[in-house]
Amino acid sequence: MTAFLALIGRELRLALRHGADTVAALLFFLVVTALFPLAVGPEPVALGRMAPGIVWVAALLAALLPLERLFGADYEDGSLDLLLLSGLAPALIGVAKATAHWLTTGLPLLLMAAPVAIMLRLPATSLVPLLAGLLLGSLTMSLLGTAGAAIVLGARRAAVLLPILVLPLATPVVIFGAAGAAPAQTPAGRTQALLLEAAFLAFCAAVCPIAAGAGLRAAGE
Amino acid sequence: MFLAENLFVVRDDRIIFDRVGFSLAPGAALLLLGRNGAGKSTLLRVLAGMRRPDGGRVTWDGEEIFADPVAHTERLAWLSHLDAMKPGLTARENLAFAACIQGGKILSVLERMGLADLADLPVRMFSAGQKRRLALARVMLGGRPLWLLDEPTNGLDAVSVERLTATLATHRAQGGMVIAATHQRLALPCAAVLRLGPE
Repeated sequence: MTAFLALIGRELRLALRHGADTVAALLFFLVVTALFPLAVGPEPVALGRMAPGIVWVAALLAALLPLERLFGADYEDGSLDLLLLSGLAPALIGVAKATAHWLTTGLPLLLMAAPVAIMLRLPATSLVPLLAGLLLGSLTMSLLGTAGAAIVLGARRAAVLLPILVLPLATPVVIFGAAGAAPAQTPAGRTQALLLEAAFLAFCAAVCPIAAGAGLRAAGE
Repeated sequence: MFLAENLFVVRDDRIIFDRVGFSLAPGAALLLLGRNGAGKSTLLRVLAGMRRPDGGRVTWDGEEIFADPVAHTERLAWLSHLDAMKPGLTARENLAFAACIQGGKILSVLERMGLADLADLPVRMFSAGQKRRLALARVMLGGRPLWLLDEPTNGLDAVSVERLTATLATHRAQGGMVIAATHQRLALPCAAVLRLGPE
């Protein structure tokens, strides 16, 4: 347990020292969402209807940005060997990395999503469902992304492979997330979307660490 | 007793090495020699339990290392040909995770490698040799019995090589084992030699 916490602590310290990764993801999120009103026009009702989808897709893409370095840096500088030899189960290394990814990317994106959604004229009644969905969805994305990052480790063109592998797996997250936050959605529909989102998170929490562990072990050979 | 028998490794349909074996008693040392690509690093990965051999077995006191991989990681200290240092962290911070796993005092190993004055400097400012010494300091943490070293003298100056030699001698005097792959001269008295590949 101390090793697990020490690993998360190490990741957070690294993220603080190299803050550029987190800032880049946030700026990307901001710039992409700001482009939409320019492209589709600033008409409030139309924009508000699209706002959940815009926020979801932009957040998903922004969360992808730091993934390639999540294990890539450790793989290149030899630190991955030390992680694999730390006595932590590879799946737990995956959980620690996913936690760190969520704390340094998912959480900041979640905090940024509220002002962005208001900027996109999302009706106030949809704001809480959007953020609740994003909370679950960002956790799912960190888990899926960690598994993907571990699997493409050592592959040529890993940076290209990663989105192609992870984004299709994230489709349920977008579908339920955006549906639950749609302005026209009924309260029962919102609850249902959130529950499905939670169910998918539970599934990923069980499967993704194992996949990540297998990827790491293969990369260590 | 650390024992390897009949090790055999294939990669991409190419035999990396075949029929490799040795036995190592506490206090003993083994020098792995061989050309580039002869499989020295691969053999070290097998001995660390990171890669399963395609044939043969590795045992510690009679027990197969892959039967209990965690127990094996707890007795070894690892140095690959890379230093595994994060440039943005200080020397002390870089060793913090290893110290948490292996135990031992960071400052005392830094002193033994002559790096105590640089403890709070970011590793970004270290020279290649200083980084290597820091990586060696990490190996020394906690007094793990089996040291697996890949090119430990890479980038070290003469003084540091002497310091390393003394450290290895102390480690062996305390009953520790050393397996080092190198193609430079490394003074390991009475070390067994294992040559991989052609002369």
